[in-house]
Amino acid sequence: MLIHHPILGPRDAQEFVYLGDASLIDRPDGMTAGVDAFHDYLYNRTNPAGEHQELWYHEQGDRSWLVVTRNTVTHEITKVELARDVARARGRTK
Amino acid sequence: MTQSHRIEGGQIDRSKTLRFTFDGIPYQGHPGDTLASALLANGVRLMGRSFKYHRPRGPLSAGSEEPNALVELRSGGRQEPNTRATVAELYEGLTASSQNRWPSLRFDAMGINDKLSTFFAAGFYYKTFMWPKSFWEKLYEPIIRRAAGLGSVTREEDPDAYDKGFLHCDLLVIGAGPAGLMAALTAGQAGKRVILADEDFRMGGRLNAETFAVGDSQGADWATATVAELASLPNVRLMTRTTVVGAFDHGIYSAVERVSDHLPTPAKGKPRQVLWRIYTGKAILAGGATERPIAFENNDRPGIMLSGALRAYANRWGVKAGERVAVFTNNDDGLRTAIDLQAKGIDVVAVIDSRDGGDLLPGIRHLRGADVIDTSGKLGLTSITVRQGNGRSETIALNALGISGGWNPNVNIHSHHRSRPVYDPTIAAFVPGQDGPPGLLVAGAAAGQMSTHAALKTGRDAAIAAFDLTTVPDLPQAEDAPVKITPLWHVAHGKGRAWIDQQNDVTVKDVQLAKQENFTSVEHLKRYTTLGMATDQGKTGNVIGLAVMAELTGRSIPETGTTIYRPPYTPVALGALAGRSRGREFKPFRLTPSHHWAREQGATFVEVGNWLRTQWVPKPGETEWRQSVDREVLATRKSVGICDVTTLGKIDIQGTDAGAFLDRVYANTFSTLAVGKCRYGLMLREDGIVFDDGTTARMGQNEYVMTTTTANAVTVFRHLEFCRQCLWPEMDVQLISTTEAWAQFSVAGPNARKLLEKIVDQDISDAAFPYMAAGNITVGGLRARLFRISFSGELAYEIAVPTRYGDALLREMLAKGAEYDPIVYGTEALGVMRIEKGHVAGGELNGTSTALNMGLGKMVSKKKDSIGMVLSQREGLTDEDGYRLVGVRPVDPKASLTAGSHFLEKGVAPMAANDGGWLTSKVSSPHLGCDIALGYLKAGDRKIGQRMRIVNLLAGLDTEVEIISPHMFDPEGERLRG
Amino acid sequence: MVSLQSLTALGKREATIVTHGPMTITERTDVALASLAARKGRMADLDKAAKAAGVPLPGPATHRTGTPYSAFWTAPEIWFVEAPYATHELIADLLKTAFGESASITEQTDAWVAFDLAAADLTPVLERLCNVDFSFVPAGYATRTVMEHLGVYLIKHDLGAARIYGPRSSAESLLHAIKTAAHSLW
Repeated sequence: MLIHHPILGPRDAQEFVYLGDASLIDRPDGMTAGVDAFHDYLYNRTNPAGEHQELWYHEQGDRSWLVVTRNTVTHEITKVELARDVARARGRTK
Repeated sequence: MTQSHRIEGGQIDRSKTLRFTFDGIPYQGHPGDTLASALLANGVRLMGRSFKYHRPRGPLSAGSEEPNALVELRSGGRQEPNTRATVAELYEGLTASSQNRWPSLRFDAMGINDKLSTFFAAGFYYKTFMWPKSFWEKLYEPIIRRAAGLGSVTREEDPDAYDKGFLHCDLLVIGAGPAGLMAALTAGQAGKRVILADEDFRMGGRLNAETFAVGDSQGADWATATVAELASLPNVRLMTRTTVVGAFDHGIYSAVERVSDHLPTPAKGKPRQVLWRIYTGKAILAGGATERPIAFENNDRPGIMLSGALRAYANRWGVKAGERVAVFTNNDDGLRTAIDLQAKGIDVVAVIDSRDGGDLLPGIRHLRGADVIDTSGKLGLTSITVRQGNGRSETIALNALGISGGWNPNVNIHSHHRSRPVYDPTIAAFVPGQDGPPGLLVAGAAAGQMSTHAALKTGRDAAIAAFDLTTVPDLPQAEDAPVKITPLWHVAHGKGRAWIDQQNDVTVKDVQLAKQENFTSVEHLKRYTTLGMATDQGKTGNVIGLAVMAELTGRSIPETGTTIYRPPYTPVALGALAGRSRGREFKPFRLTPSHHWAREQGATFVEVGNWLRTQWVPKPGETEWRQSVDREVLATRKSVGICDVTTLGKIDIQGTDAGAFLDRVYANTFSTLAVGKCRYGLMLREDGIVFDDGTTARMGQNEYVMTTTTANAVTVFRHLEFCRQCLWPEMDVQLISTTEAWAQFSVAGPNARKLLEKIVDQDISDAAFPYMAAGNITVGGLRARLFRISFSGELAYEIAVPTRYGDALLREMLAKGAEYDPIVYGTEALGVMRIEKGHVAGGELNGTSTALNMGLGKMVSKKKDSIGMVLSQREGLTDEDGYRLVGVRPVDPKASLTAGSHFLEKGVAPMAANDGGWLTSKVSSPHLGCDIALGYLKAGDRKIGQRMRIVNLLAGLDTEVEIISPHMFDPEGERLRG
Repeated sequence: MVSLQSLTALGKREATIVTHGPMTITERTDVALASLAARKGRMADLDKAAKAAGVPLPGPATHRTGTPYSAFWTAPEIWFVEAPYATHELIADLLKTAFGESASITEQTDAWVAFDLAAADLTPVLERLCNVDFSFVPAGYATRTVMEHLGVYLIKHDLGAARIYGPRSSAESLLHAIKTAAHSLW
C-alpha cells in the first residue's frame, strides 16, 4: 500500500507501523473518568467492512502519527491527516 | 547425438553449439533453445512422470504454463526441482534429470499406480486415510509423503545470492508481445518513464512463434526492431527474463528478474535473481493468452501438445515434434498450426476438426465434425483413434498431435484483487472483468483481443488512455482474423481417463465424482480434486475443469465461475523472497562501543534484538561459562566491575512541559525530580500492565534523559510519540533518541568511586555526587555524563562519553584502575546480580504483569493522570491473592531450579488446579552458594518464609524450596549508598 | 589527566574508504551533527535565531548546504544541523547558545555513521538498497528510508553524490549492504 503523507507525499506502507482505530485519540481524562469509560475507550471498537479511520506511525520516516481513512474492503485510502491536527480538532490540548 | 528433429529456421544461433545432459545422456542444442526445445530437437519427448499415476509425460506447452515437463535442473546446492523445461534457457553444460520416477524414467516402478487408478481417484486420501487416528503419523503420512510430490529438494545450502530492489515508473507494461511493445512504444515516445517486463528471454511474445507479418516485415523482425527503438529511449527500461508475479495495493507490483538462471553459475558477487518491488503510476497487462487442450481418453501421452506449442517449436526453435503430425481443434487457430507445419515440410497427416461444415483446408486431410477419442503408445504417442462425423472410427499412425481447445486470456494479474473475470462466449473464454487493480489496463490477447492487429491497437489505445496522449505512433498493418470457435471441452466417449489437469492427474471422471459428492462449487472442486493446484496453478486445465462441472450441473459457465486468482503468477523461489536476509545477513547487527575490546578478549556474545552484547569474558584457564560468570560476579561485589550498558534505550526529552509529560507517561512522578537527580520510573500500558522501566534523569530545568530497557527502546519511543502527538498535542515537549550517541558503562562495586576518581575531572565524593545524582561532567576535558544508579546493588555509576571514545574509556578505566583489579562483566553476571537484588527484567516484564504483581503497586500514583493508572485499578488486577514477586531458594542447596517451573503446595497433585505460579528467572548465585530464582506466586507476599515445592514435569524437577523476599542480597541497600 | 583516543564507527583510527567499480564509499568522521527542534509556538523566534546564526531551515524532505552550518529536515519543525567537526565538536552547545529557549537541541554526532557515495550515477546501487526514486527526486532531496532493515537518512547532492546517515552501531552491517549492492552490479 501507499499512504499519501500530508507532508511527504506517497510513501510505502512498509515504512509505517499500524496501531488501530483512530478513536484511540479520544482518551478520557484519568482524573475524572472511571474504569468503565477507559474500558470502552480501550476495548470497544467498531470493526467496519468499509471506511475506517486508523492510526499509522511513520516510524521509518518523519515519525508523524497519521489518521488514515481507509476502506478495509478495497484498501482505498481517501484521506490522510496528521494525527496531531485531528487531535487538536477534537479539542485535545495538554 | 545428432539433433534428429531439428528443422530449418527459427530464432536460434546455429553458429554455436551448447552441450547438455538429461538423465546423464549428453545432447546438443543452440543458444536460443529452451531445455524442452533442445530435447525435442534431439527426439526426446519423454521428460517426466505424472504426479499421482506416474504416467509418462512430455511437454504440453512451450511456455510458463507447462504442467508436465518438470525437471530437476543442476545439481548439488543449486539443484532446482520442478523446473519447467519449457522455460529453462539452455546453457553450456546444463545438467537436468527427470523426477518422480524410480528406477528410471522409462521404467518407473510406481507406474503401478496407473493400474490401480480406481483407488487413487479424487478424495481417495480423504476417505481412506481417516482412521484409526494413530495410523496417521506412523503409517499413512510417511507412505503418502514417499509416494507423492514431484521433485526433491537438495539438502545443501543454495550457494547463490538473491537481491531485492525497488523501481519506479509512470507505466509498467507486463508482457512484450505486440500489445505490450506497442503500449511501451506509445508511452515511451511520449516521454513517460516506462518499464517493459517480459518473462521470456526474448521479447516479442507470440510474434516469435508465428509467421505473421507486421507492417512490412516478419512479426518477429518487427518485434526486434521495436525493441531496439525502445532501447534507444532513455526513459524506457527493458527487462527480459522478468516475470511480474503479483499486483498489490495502490499500483505496486512485484517482479522476479532471473539475472543468472541462464548461466551455468552466476558471475562472482552477482545475484541469481532479483525480486523487484515496482511502484507504478499506471500499468498495462499485456500478458497474452494461454492455449487450452481438449479432454479425451489418453490425451496425456508424450507427443501430444498444445497446437500453438507445436507451432512455436517449429517456427521459433526450428524443431519438429514428430515426423507425422495431426492437429485436433475446435477453432481456426488449430488450422494455422497445420498450415505452418506443412509449410515447414512436416507431414501433416490429418486435421481433426470438431466443428461441422465450413471450408476445408486445401492440400491437407481436414476431417470435419470429427473427434480424437483415444490414443496409444506406451512411452510416447504412436497412434490416435479418430471418430469421424459419420460415426466411423479410424486409427492413424503418427508421433505428434497438436490440440487446440481455444485460448484463455491471461487474466491472472488483473484478478489479483479478487476481480472476477467474465465469460466471453465469442471466444469461449474468460476475459478481465470489472474492479481490477486501480490503474491497471489490459490490452491484447490478455483482454480477449486475439488478432495481431487488435493486440497492436489495444496496446496503443491503453497507453493513450493511461496518459491522455495526443501524439501517438502509427499502427503497422497486421492480420485481423476473427476468432472462430465452437467450444468443445471434452470428448464424450468410452470409460477411460481423459485428462483435464495433467500436473495433478485430474480427469473428467474426478470432476464427475466431485459433482456426485456435491463438491460443485469451483472452490470445492479445486480442493476436492486438486484441480488447478501446484506449480502451474491450472493454467491449462482450470477452465476445462469448470466447463465440465458446468455441463454436469446444468449451470452455465459464467454461473459456475472461476476460482480466486492469487499471486504469484508463476512459482517464485524462496531464495528470491528472502533476498540477502539469510544466514549471518538475516538481519543487521548492532555492535556496542566495547565490541572490539571484547572480541580481543575472546568474549562470548549474545544477541539481544539486533545487538551483540558481551555475555561473559573468559579468562585463561576458564573452561566452563559458570567459572567466568561466577568470577565476574564475585569480583564486582568484592572490588569493581564494568559493564557496557550502551544498549539501553536513551531518549532525550526536552521542552517546558517535559516534566508534566513524564508524569503522564510514567506511573510515578517526575515533575518534582530535582535537576541533577535521577529516579526509577515505571511505565504502564493503558490496560494497566507494566510496559517498561528504567531510570530517568533531569539534566536541566526543561531537559530529561529517559532510559528504557534494551528490548523496548523502539516501542517506548513510538508510544511517547503517540502520547505527544495524539493525546496531548499542545504540550511543549520534544523527543529524540540518543541511544547510539553515547557509550555508556556501568561501573559497580565497592571500589567503583575510587576507580572513577582516576577518570573524571570532577569531585564525585558521596557528598558531591550522592546516590541517584546525575549530571554533565568531563573526562580529560571531554564532554561526558555521570549517573549514580545501580542495577547490581553495589555502589555504582553509569558513565557516558561520545560513542567514538567508548572503546578508549573502557581501556582507560581498566588501565588507570588496575590497582583495584577491575573486571568487565557481561549480561550473565548482570543477570545474576539483578536477580540477587530482586530487580525485574525480561522474565518479569512479560507483558502480563502489573506493578502490583511486581511488588511495585505503591509506585502507581493516583494523584495524577497517567497512562494505565485507571485500568491498573481494575477488578482482577487488584486481587489480594494475585501473583506477587517472590524470591526462591531450594531447601537443599545442591538442588537446581529451572525457570518456567511451577509452585505447588506440599502434598498436592501436579495439576493445573493446584498451580500456585511460576519461576520467571533463575540463576546460580555464587554469593548464596545455591540456585536462586524469582517467580510470581499467588499471594506470594503473604507466603514469605513458607516452604513449597517447585515442580517441572518436563524437566523431572520436584524439589522443596523456601519462599523468600525477592531482595536476596543486601536487602537494606547499604552497599549502593556507600 | 585522562586522554582518550577516538575510534570510527567501523572500529578504526582512520575513516574507511572503499572503492568498487565506478563507486567510492567514504566514511565521514569529520561531521558534527545535532538535532534542532522548535519549542511549541516558538517557530518565529527559532527562525530569527537561525538567520542570525546562519543555520538554514529547509522545507520538508530537503537538505540545504551552508557554511559552516548545513541542515536537513527530519520531521515537522525538526532539523538535523551539520557542521565541520574540527570547528564544531561542541555543536549542541553552540546551537543552544544561538537558539536559547526557542529550540530543543540534542547532540547527535556519534549517534550516526556517515557514508558519502560517489559514482557517475548512483541510481542502480540505490535501487537495490531502498525505495527512494533516486533519479527522479531533485538534488537536495533528503529523506529517511530503510536500507537492509536499517533506518537511515539519505541525502541526494546530485545524481552521482549522496550521503547516507545510518545508525552508528550498525555501521558494519550498513557498509556491508552497500558494498554487496555494488558487487551485485559491478
